[in-house]
Amino acid sequence: MSAHQQPLSAGPGIAARTLHGFLRFREASIVVVAILLIIYFEISNSNFITNANLQTLSQFISAPVIIACGEIMLLICGEIDLSVGMVFAIAPFIMYFCATSLGLPIIIAMLIALAVAGCIGLINGFITVKLRVPSFVTTLGTLFLINGLTLTISKGFPVDTPGSPAFAKIMGAAGYAEIIWAVIIVAIMHVVLRNTRWGLHTIAVGGNVLAAAESGINVPKIKIGNFVLTSVLGAFAGIVEAYRIGSTDPLAGGTNMMFLAVAASVIGGTSLMGGSGTIIGGLVGGLVLGVLQDGFTIDGINAYTFDMIIGGAILIAMVFNIHVARLRRAGRKL
Amino acid sequence: MSQAAIGLPPATGPEALRAENIVKRFGAVTALNGVSLYLKPGEMLGILGDNGAGKSTLIKILTGFQSPTSGTMTVDGKQVALKSVDHARALGIECVYQDLALIPGLSIYHNMFLNREPLRPWPFRLLDNKSMRRRAVEALEDIGVNIPSVDEEVAMLSGGQRQAVAIARAVYSNARILLLDEPLAAMGARESGLILDLIDRLKKRGDLSLIMIAHNYAQTLEVCDRVMLFQHGEVTFQAKSAETSVPELLEVVKRNYKIVRGA
Ligand SMILES: Nc1ncnc2c1ncn2[C@@H]1O[C@H](COP(=O)(O)OP(=O)(O)OP(=O)(O)O)[C@@H](O)[C@H]1O
Ligand SMILES: [Mg+2]
Repeated sequence: MSAHQQPLSAGPGIAARTLHGFLRFREASIVVVAILLIIYFEISNSNFITNANLQTLSQFISAPVIIACGEIMLLICGEIDLSVGMVFAIAPFIMYFCATSLGLPIIIAMLIALAVAGCIGLINGFITVKLRVPSFVTTLGTLFLINGLTLTISKGFPVDTPGSPAFAKIMGAAGYAEIIWAVIIVAIMHVVLRNTRWGLHTIAVGGNVLAAAESGINVPKIKIGNFVLTSVLGAFAGIVEAYRIGSTDPLAGGTNMMFLAVAASVIGGTSLMGGSGTIIGGLVGGLVLGVLQDGFTIDGINAYTFDMIIGGAILIAMVFNIHVARLRRAGRKL
Repeated sequence: MSQAAIGLPPATGPEALRAENIVKRFGAVTALNGVSLYLKPGEMLGILGDNGAGKSTLIKILTGFQSPTSGTMTVDGKQVALKSVDHARALGIECVYQDLALIPGLSIYHNMFLNREPLRPWPFRLLDNKSMRRRAVEALEDIGVNIPSVDEEVAMLSGGQRQAVAIARAVYSNARILLLDEPLAAMGARESGLILDLIDRLKKRGDLSLIMIAHNYAQTLEVCDRVMLFQHGEVTFQAKSAETSVPELLEVVKRNYKIVRGA
């Protein structure tokens, strides 16, 4: 599990070394898959590695990767958020109404949108943790609820994004602004997961919830906190995406966006059973999805085929994950 | 003497810990039915008893992990209502739970510092993995239990090795009151010897007080100053180790045995 392998008085055992090696290989193997895909598409179509196409690719992967950063934390602590794609859609609308109808400064409008998203996360977390509804069901409920709300307040019509052109550029309109946001968030969340108490406790809660509680970890706080984090990141991704496009669509995001984020997490090596996962893996998982989508689009393969390929990729990733989980269980019996 | 009073002391001298009339119900099940005990500074108390008698439940109440249905508690003579595990920890109470409370997917050193991780000072208060690793190596070497590397995931350890990690975690936390729930259950003879040696050393060093739950009567009489018997949520017997014997304990257990069904 540890990323730092410093020399010690006693070296790791053979079983552990093999497992560590395998785990590391698993993360590396996704990187290898991504590189192979890029090479394949570059060979099959010389338009693949061009500035214009890299920009398209970066735009496709940014939003799912930002959301995956939250979803991975939730998956690690044993929960899931299905509603995040709807938070993605509602956030830019909240921002729009605060900026236009209420005439608030654009930054304040954005902070309000993020805060409302945080409250949605709080509600998801409260219902799941305190009222003991499985998060799958809780967030399925809020998914429909928020979607209905978005359609109601928008009356189903898109609106232009508010604010100055400079603000729009920073928030996502400039060519690579969106992916820069994504990379910054990935970097921060990677450190949070690997090097902070919050990250360690998130892994502990997902790995053995009773042991975590007996150690004095505030399990509700960790879980609810990660629901809030996921919602806020979902809102931020929605805002950035809206500024990139220049308009806010009530039908943006939705379940498709949420499933892309979950798929990126899972392909990246995060276990749906909780207790392990990586943020960098989520980034690479998102990259793999993006390269597949973009490459097949350039090659002229239609959307139906693409869905089949995504499905296959998820299944293969899951087989990998479960195989690793079985190795771990076997290790426990040593 | 009434049943509830068996665990109570002659009220003299300082006490590290005292619990009075602890009752704990889980729905229809009464796990503890008015249990009292005391623990003198530097003393080692052994708790023996049937499966399901409520021993672990009492321990979890003393660590602040569960709150009693009723009853009172004092630590160092001051009455307290434990609010959380952290609260109990702040008062110097540490525990090795029967289930060990380890996270299989985390390294040994992360487990040893779970929820009391040393942090780097500036600027982001990140985990101080280096210091955790070093101190974990020291602690385990000090005990002398054979563990390949502190980088190992706990999932890779044997049952006895896991117990050693859990014990090392509790012992090296500067606790003054140690609660051990069947700490030697999965340990080999050599390893339990090492742990008992360690406890002996710690006791000689300061005012460490201990409660140890066990099922091995002879061993408990040998290492503990005093023993108590728990049966169906009550204390049925208490004596200084020197003044009782395995046959007497077994006799009491047999006499008081009754099958308890949830009402
Ligand atoms: N969280 C809980 N919910 C419901 N019942 C519980 C819970 N914890 C313990 N019990 C019940 O309380 C009783 C006492 O359990 P406890 O674990 O304290 O026994 P014990 O003396 O430690 O037994 P053992 O020697 O087997 O470890 C049992 O009947 C058990 O089923
Ligand atoms: Mg027990």
